[in-house]
Amino acid sequence: MKNNSVHIESHLIATLSSVPDPEIPVLTVLDLGVIREAVEKDNTVFIKLTPTYSGCPAMDVIADDLKAAFANEGKTAEVTLILSPAWSTDWISEEGLQKMEAYGIARPLSETHDKEVLLGGKKLVKCPQCGSTETNLVSQFGSTPCKALFKCESCQEPFDYFKCLR
Amino acid sequence: MSQELKNSNYSQDSSFQEKLYKYILTIADNSLILGQRMGELCGHGPSLETDIACTNISLDLLGQVRSYYQYAAKIAGDGRTEDTIAMLRKEREYVNVLLVEQPNTDFAYTMARHFFFDVFHEMFLEKLTKSKDLTLAAIAEKSLKEVRYHVRFSSDWIKRLGDGTEESHTRMQAAIDDLWPYTDELFHQTEACKAMMESGIGVDTEALRDNYYQQVAEILTEATLEVPENNYFHKGGKEGIHTEHMGYILAELQYMQRTYPGMEW
Repeated sequence: MKNNSVHIESHLIATLSSVPDPEIPVLTVLDLGVIREAVEKDNTVFIKLTPTYSGCPAMDVIADDLKAAFANEGKTAEVTLILSPAWSTDWISEEGLQKMEAYGIARPLSETHDKEVLLGGKKLVKCPQCGSTETNLVSQFGSTPCKALFKCESCQEPFDYFKCLR
Repeated sequence: MSQELKNSNYSQDSSFQEKLYKYILTIADNSLILGQRMGELCGHGPSLETDIACTNISLDLLGQVRSYYQYAAKIAGDGRTEDTIAMLRKEREYVNVLLVEQPNTDFAYTMARHFFFDVFHEMFLEKLTKSKDLTLAAIAEKSLKEVRYHVRFSSDWIKRLGDGTEESHTRMQAAIDDLWPYTDELFHQTEACKAMMESGIGVDTEALRDNYYQQVAEILTEATLEVPENNYFHKGGKEGIHTEHMGYILAELQYMQRTYPGMEW
């Protein structure tokens, strides 16, 4: 994980990892790398959260879910949204990427390959169903802002590709 | 959820604060009105995929707007909120450029309008990331990553329709010709813009003009479209003087909050 400048107190990890991303429920907020800071002081947990995309409606839900998760333990959570440094797909953990693939979403490619696929029409994205790279871009914007829509020519299944954001 | 605001070390005098407030709106109102226009395509896009793309772009823009308006509300410090700034101003108080309020006449117009704005937006945000105002720099850094995808999307459609069938070429050329006179206003500097530029907070938009027209011309040429030679340009939006379309946009945008004040859902 290239999570530079993350500060999460270890005793909070268990609760944080019980909070899933509402759009991709196999991923926890920790897998996604959106929690940048979590510290506890006098029974209040101060959390700094960074959005994946500015308009992502999941962020408000995540903030509410975090508050609820800590409320169950009798703690209060204060969530602040931070924009800088801006979130990057590099912050998704390797475990998170594997869970994402198993769930049916293709993992982000490197920035160079991502451009070759989205602009140059190259076939580099691997179908999460059958593993073929005979895949075509259907739309640069998929079911959420962070994903693009693809179709596999080998097994004919449509699937989402998590766009590289750096 | 509140947004973290970076402390910036500039003076607290009220005329400065007012100019900064106006400057933030000059940036954000473009995205609000364009976001509203793109949102109109929800359920009306030419294909399901394009429909989703347009509404995703709209969502990006409105998300960016929230960050700007939250910051503006904090600067105003008089009870104004992101919602009242977005929903309860009068037409003359909106300072978006005329380009973004132009209607979705057909899909060629929608994409041409977006393309003309996107190319500017990307260049502008690149400069804004260097702002001395750390909150604006942070919003710019975040937005830039999203806007790079918007530029790709609209440029792609300019090429597809321009270099497509005879019909699509004709309609795209008509859209380009009609919207061209709205492009120069993007670079116009108001008093607030000038004051912020001099303080190292704002972007020198005049300096972006040559590069902008060069980049636009390259893509139009690739799309087999003619670069318009007309150099009569409209302006006024940044001073609050809008085209007839603006009133209709605001009627739709503000209806709920005007009818049921303070309503939430």
